[in-house]
Amino acid sequence: MVFEKIRDIIAEQLGKEVDEITLETNFREDLDADSLDLFQIINDIEDEFNVKIEDVEQVVTVNDAVKLVEAQV
Amino acid sequence: MKHIGISGGHYYVPDRIVTNEDITQLTDTSNEWIIARTGIEQRRISTGENTSELCAKTAVRILESTGTDPEEIDIIITATVSPDYLLPSTACLVQSRIGARNAFAFDLGAACSGFVYALAVGEKLMRAGAYNKALILGGETLSKLTNWEDRATCVIFADGAGGVLLEAGERESFLAEDIHSDGDRGMSLTAGHMKVNNPFLPEGGGVEPGYPYISMDGREIFDFTMRNVPGSIKSVVEKAGIGFEDLKYIIPHQANDRISLGIAKKLGVDPSVFYRNISRYGNTSAGTIPIALGEMFTKGLLEAGRGDKIILAGFGGGLTWGSLLIQI
Repeated sequence: MVFEKIRDIIAEQLGKEVDEITLETNFREDLDADSLDLFQIINDIEDEFNVKIEDVEQVVTVNDAVKLVEAQV
Repeated sequence: MKHIGISGGHYYVPDRIVTNEDITQLTDTSNEWIIARTGIEQRRISTGENTSELCAKTAVRILESTGTDPEEIDIIITATVSPDYLLPSTACLVQSRIGARNAFAFDLGAACSGFVYALAVGEKLMRAGAYNKALILGGETLSKLTNWEDRATCVIFADGAGGVLLEAGERESFLAEDIHSDGDRGMSLTAGHMKVNNPFLPEGGGVEPGYPYISMDGREIFDFTMRNVPGSIKSVVEKAGIGFEDLKYIIPHQANDRISLGIAKKLGVDPSVFYRNISRYGNTSAGTIPIALGEMFTKGLLEAGRGDKIILAGFGGGLTWGSLLIQI
């Protein structure tokens, strides 16, 4: 559930197809996202789940974001 | 009821164009990297003109284009974070350079929101007092506050000035405003830290100077902007009882083109409504909005008395932000 919502946010923000995005997907290497893309994705995730992700540096793969959200909901 | 109108505007930027290619000679970056992350292709950098000179040259152009005598000016407000001196104020230096000897002049510091703040303050001084004409200027030489070895910031910041003439009369330009500060988050964007240093300190002085240059926490500033600026823009539209379709332009502070586009997306407004010139001038803090206005006046995109509704949206250090809904 958390993964699906995060996947949709990423796909919307980066203009990607949802089936391109798995838990192992690396934001920078696989999706070509830069820091501003990641900031916007993290903001949207924070709003969606009502959580706070302090350290963006920790978020390298989609799974990193999923784990950070799951620890707070 | 006294009405306050914007009757013209102009800008002045230094001649020296610094391209992204030029910056690759100074620090490890590339033209493609800078364009992709900021939208900036070139910027103007002073080869000697200080902030008061950029602002005074702007002021002369405003006076000429509106047919105003400098002695008619009652108030000069200069929004800047990069003054020539702590004292005299940049505005007093401008006063002297242009011969506005009947004016009172002062600087206003609200970083990238400075011009929006200065316009709001100037308008209220005029409405409350016996003043008829005010020059509201915003200008910077950020190149002197930039660490040219820090590639996160030196690709962004630049020099330039702009401004407008406010006049009391039949026409009202100020329709709605929304202005805020959040000092709790102030440390996420800093420059020119001045520490206490004197012989009476317990250790007898000799304190290391504070970091003089612009220092920015990109995530914090991005977060602040995206969470506050779209709402502020929306609030002035609602306060004025109009819709986004009634707006001719939205002029955001030109912080980074990706941020301007992000704000447009969040508002659901077509990006073409956003006036964007950062590709040519970079981020000149208090200068960006008045440079844009000045450019729009000189290109004929804006004309005093035509009645176009626009929004000016400033945001930046302080942290400060604010939106003005204006009829030109």
